[in-house]
Amino acid sequence: MAKVELKHIKKVYDNKVTAIADANVVIEDKEFAVLVGPSGCGKSTMLRMIAGLEEISGGDMLIDGERVNDLSPKDRDIAMVFQNYALYPHMTVFDNMAFGLKLRKFPKEEIKKRVEEAADILGLTDFLHRRPKAMSGGQRQRVAIGRAIVRQPKVFLFDEPLSNLDAKLRVQMRMEIKQLHKRLNATMIYVTHDQIEAMTMGNKIVVLKDGDVQQVDKPMTLYNDPANQFVGSFIGSPSMNFLEGKIEKTDRLYFRSRDVNFSIPENIEKQVSKLVGNGITLGFRPESIYDHDYEDRAQLTEKVTISIDVTEPIGAETFIYFKANDKEFCMRSSSGLVYENGQSLNIGFDVARLYFFDSESGKRLV
Amino acid sequence: MKQIKIQKILFWLLLLVMTFIYMGPFLFSLSISFNAEQDVFSWPIKLLPEEWTLNNYKEVWQGLPFGTWLKNSAIITAVQTICNVFFASLAGFAFARLEFPGKNIIFSLFMASLMIPGIILLVPKFILLNEISLINTYGGLILPGLVSVVNIFLMKQFFETVPKDLEEAALIDGCSYFRIYWQIFLPVSKPALAAVAIYTFQGAWNEFMWPVIVTTTSDMFTLPVGMSFLKNEFSVNWPLLMSGTILISLPTLVIFLVFQRYFVEGVASSGLKE
Repeated sequence: MAKVELKHIKKVYDNKVTAIADANVVIEDKEFAVLVGPSGCGKSTMLRMIAGLEEISGGDMLIDGERVNDLSPKDRDIAMVFQNYALYPHMTVFDNMAFGLKLRKFPKEEIKKRVEEAADILGLTDFLHRRPKAMSGGQRQRVAIGRAIVRQPKVFLFDEPLSNLDAKLRVQMRMEIKQLHKRLNATMIYVTHDQIEAMTMGNKIVVLKDGDVQQVDKPMTLYNDPANQFVGSFIGSPSMNFLEGKIEKTDRLYFRSRDVNFSIPENIEKQVSKLVGNGITLGFRPESIYDHDYEDRAQLTEKVTISIDVTEPIGAETFIYFKANDKEFCMRSSSGLVYENGQSLNIGFDVARLYFFDSESGKRLV
Repeated sequence: MKQIKIQKILFWLLLLVMTFIYMGPFLFSLSISFNAEQDVFSWPIKLLPEEWTLNNYKEVWQGLPFGTWLKNSAIITAVQTICNVFFASLAGFAFARLEFPGKNIIFSLFMASLMIPGIILLVPKFILLNEISLINTYGGLILPGLVSVVNIFLMKQFFETVPKDLEEAALIDGCSYFRIYWQIFLPVSKPALAAVAIYTFQGAWNEFMWPVIVTTTSDMFTLPVGMSFLKNEFSVNWPLLMSGTILISLPTLVIFLVFQRYFVEGVASSGLKE
């Protein structure tokens, strides 16, 4: 098992298109790291460079301290699970799993032992003599995972392995892969575009956008402490609300925008004071908006009156959509109160959970 | 409903006509091959022999060096078929899956060569083989047909439909490119390989022009060439010729019937499902 280090990794296609500009990521031994980002962000490219399927244009890739830039995939001691399973259609499940070991000239008994062990873990024991064609999507993906397990590689790579499965199966496989990680105690690197998958599975999440690493952190740190506006908006569902405006100082500090105005509470006044005059984007999550008349919290901002557009009760909570500054906002209420469409509502924001971003760069200021 | 019925009837009629056009001559040859020689020209034409005889078939085997020709044909066809399947798939794999300098130019040249009518090449080919003393040898008969651009093209097109993931999974499992070709791509390409094999077999088995040019003695003749010598300048022994022809066409028929499934698949299908 091993540590994977990316040092100033660069990927440029045909000397023109830069897929990854300068990535620095360290994935510790036994970690479950998730590379996440919208499509085209370079996450798959990064994984394929770790696998050796894609040439590295610059920088150093280290697995277990060894530079692997020039090693072929088979010499990197990695195993990969593909989105389309990539099972060999003419081989049985057993042969599919045993293929890599056979090529590495393992003794027959050892191969049999390992394949049977893996089949046992994955519940494939009864299917060992079937062909992939005669199996369901979930079973096929298990075979693909089994093929990786038997190799006992230093690093497991997963390239969106669940996106071809239906929603229910996806949740189940998510758990299974997580349990597998615990059981094998291996380094795993997992690519997905689904932030929920990322949040639920990883110990460490690498958020990518346009070939740049935005933030590398634990899931909850990403959620509570996003480094920039993109991470704030990408992690969390429904996503973070953003409000353009600026900080003004008269008798005290104010947040000013067309429809939403409130004074900055004293406890964060000092931090916010350096933003006076700048254009800022205020970020707040749906659950940090409260019904001011109902929730009498000390740490709420002053009242802001809005008019409700649409409510979406989904049982335990209700999503309330409203417009301000011509933009749609979402509030998550778990108070159990019933709201009507068109009703006006006094809201307040949780002071401890306001994020101030630079309007231009999107960088987090406070 | 009525319209569909009429369409169906027309469709079946068309099929029947086509079948008759293709099968008619074959069945007539079959009938002639069981005739005695003098009965062939009797008038009115008899579709079935008055007296059935197997003498023609006996004569073909005994009076002619049919066994030698059969052996020649078999050797040439077997070698050419095996080599074509191997080389075409190997080259097709390289063109479809490997990156190497000049790949597109080389492939374009290959394709361009298809535009040259084969007949133009007969004389240069003959001169070339004459220079290296291969006239009237197996070498001379076999060499020009070892690879065919059409087959390379066919295999390339097929290999391009094989999912890239499969190749990458094999790379990670530890395959070399040759092993990927041999253990992954060939087994999943059976329909295409069968098509190449059947086309080549058919072509080589029925080939007439090249063997007739490159052979000079009867012991090097292939079956079609040998048969053609039954036609003299002034007379043709039709029953004998027809029985030989029927014998020649049997292997093709058998192969087609056995591999019919692959044959149709190879022509009709473009790839794999998963």
